[in-house]
Amino acid sequence: MRARFDPSRLGRWSWALISLVLILLFDLIFTPKFFSVELRDGHYFGSLIDILNRGAPVMLIALGMTLVIATGGVDLSVGATMAIVGSIAAQVVTKSHPSVVVVLLVCLGIALLLGTWNGILVAVFKIQPIVATLILMVSGRGIAQLITDGQIISFGDKALSFIGSGYLFRVPFSITLVLVMLGLTALLTRRTAIGLFIESVGDNATASRYAGIDVRTVQLFVYAFCGFCAGVAGLVATTNMRAADANNTGLNLELDAILAVVIGGTLLTGGRFQLVGSILGALVIQALTTTILTKGVPIEYTLVVKALTVLAVCLLQSAKFRGKFRFKARVA
Amino acid sequence: MILAASLKFKGFFSPDVFINLLRDNAFLGVATVGMTFVILTGGIDLSVGGMIGFTSILIASLMTKHHLHPVVAIGIALAIGSGLGTSMGYVISVFELPPFLVTLAGMFLTRGLALIISPETLSIDHPWYEKISGIKLALPSVFLIVIAIGLYIAHFRPFGRAVYAIGGSENSASLMGLQVGRTKLRVYALSGFCSALAGVLYTFYMSSGDANAARGLELDAIAAVVIGGTLLSGGVGTLVGTLFGVLILGVIQTAITFQGTLSSWWTKIVIGFLLLVFILLQKAFLLRSRRDHRA
Repeated sequence: MRARFDPSRLGRWSWALISLVLILLFDLIFTPKFFSVELRDGHYFGSLIDILNRGAPVMLIALGMTLVIATGGVDLSVGATMAIVGSIAAQVVTKSHPSVVVVLLVCLGIALLLGTWNGILVAVFKIQPIVATLILMVSGRGIAQLITDGQIISFGDKALSFIGSGYLFRVPFSITLVLVMLGLTALLTRRTAIGLFIESVGDNATASRYAGIDVRTVQLFVYAFCGFCAGVAGLVATTNMRAADANNTGLNLELDAILAVVIGGTLLTGGRFQLVGSILGALVIQALTTTILTKGVPIEYTLVVKALTVLAVCLLQSAKFRGKFRFKARVA
Repeated sequence: MILAASLKFKGFFSPDVFINLLRDNAFLGVATVGMTFVILTGGIDLSVGGMIGFTSILIASLMTKHHLHPVVAIGIALAIGSGLGTSMGYVISVFELPPFLVTLAGMFLTRGLALIISPETLSIDHPWYEKISGIKLALPSVFLIVIAIGLYIAHFRPFGRAVYAIGGSENSASLMGLQVGRTKLRVYALSGFCSALAGVLYTFYMSSGDANAARGLELDAIAAVVIGGTLLSGGVGTLVGTLFGVLILGVIQTAITFQGTLSSWWTKIVIGFLLLVFILLQKAFLLRSRRDHRA
């Protein structure tokens, strides 16, 4: 059988790229002003910038989530971690007035701790990832609300707010942050052995252990890192609104992140992971949402469209599905 | 485990409270029956909550906007629910997409459809409904009947045995000659039906339909199933355990409300903590029994 057009040869993330291109093409044709980028108040404005900006938290979480999923696990608590970190940031900044560095250290430190908590549950107590992270997901919201006492806390600290609402090189800082995190993660996983270990553990944990890989440490690492990413995302999201909303920050974002990772070509069962793919996947989801909103379609339809898109991309990625069509072509 | 829960009682132990417990958790309970079968095969169904919201708002709108008789509305809802479950099962079994993803998409789909039907709650005003909601034992009975039927299917029908076999080892099951694909399809169809039924019960419980109902319920269902002793990897677990799981969750919720002093966010923290305790206890029991078996 001749090899037909199989984008997967480019890389597992090629389907995500194709989807993204298709969505943007659709926008180009049907929404004339979509691609216009204007210079206003010294920075760029436009739908494209909007997508990148709003998608920043998901992209950040997706980075950490990619590594967790690559080990065959999942982290449902990222949304809750975002809320906790945001709440702490808001409270610290309004109650006392430490420097931004201190706030950052405290918040990211706590994020790391939460991630490590998940890691301990999974690696040491061998609890299944869905259940283990579920615990933090449920109680985390409660903790976040406890910290803010149920109120929405707004803050005006300029330095801190820069993270989510500031501009660098005329483009929202959050975008730069995502690129930096992507670069860091890529460096970390591709230039050191840890990336290989992660893929190995995800592929076959038992074999990895026999090969001498410390499965426990790898697992601890990925969950801690995921927590860290969630912390950064939480800071971005909270400082974007300049308010901490313990109830709504990061709500359902964990699902979007998982979707992004899957669209990006990383298998849920673990193994090889695609960092760029996950970022593209997150962009696909965000582009979809923005396209829908721009066309004036009521927001309720977003969910249906998201569902159908994910199904479509997954089906396309599934060799079995493609196989069905090849067979039909041969018969015809 | 049930003993531990009972020990927390104090002035708790009245038939009224027990009936209320069954009544309040009836729709969750019915949904967990379907979920148990799915998890027993090693899969998962995240669309449960969305399905409840969808069926509830569908029934409500069919009755209020289209003036259909409740029986017709319920029938349509159950049919559509089972249909959706079957489609998910089809994609999972034929195209071998991961259940997590497919049912996640299912969750989005059902929520979205529900919100499209109506973003606001629709209350149901039908003499039938008022009569049935009035009967205190109505919901609990349905719940118990469904569990009984589920138990029968699980332990006395080939389908049930196939489910356990697949959960134990899919490869072995297919080598044994069991129709793995068809069974998998049926568990998701069953789960779809159970979630739809749960949605129906929800409408009786709340006398209204709400597209946003049962948000996060799928996680409660999974928690109940896990607490009840079913392994997420499949093959091990019973519906009796799930029943206890549901009751324990219900007890925790009631205990917290009884306390009255804890604010709503403390509730979440306590639930998370208790979940952890139960799971660790479970692990401890398993380890001990495994050690005994080896000795």
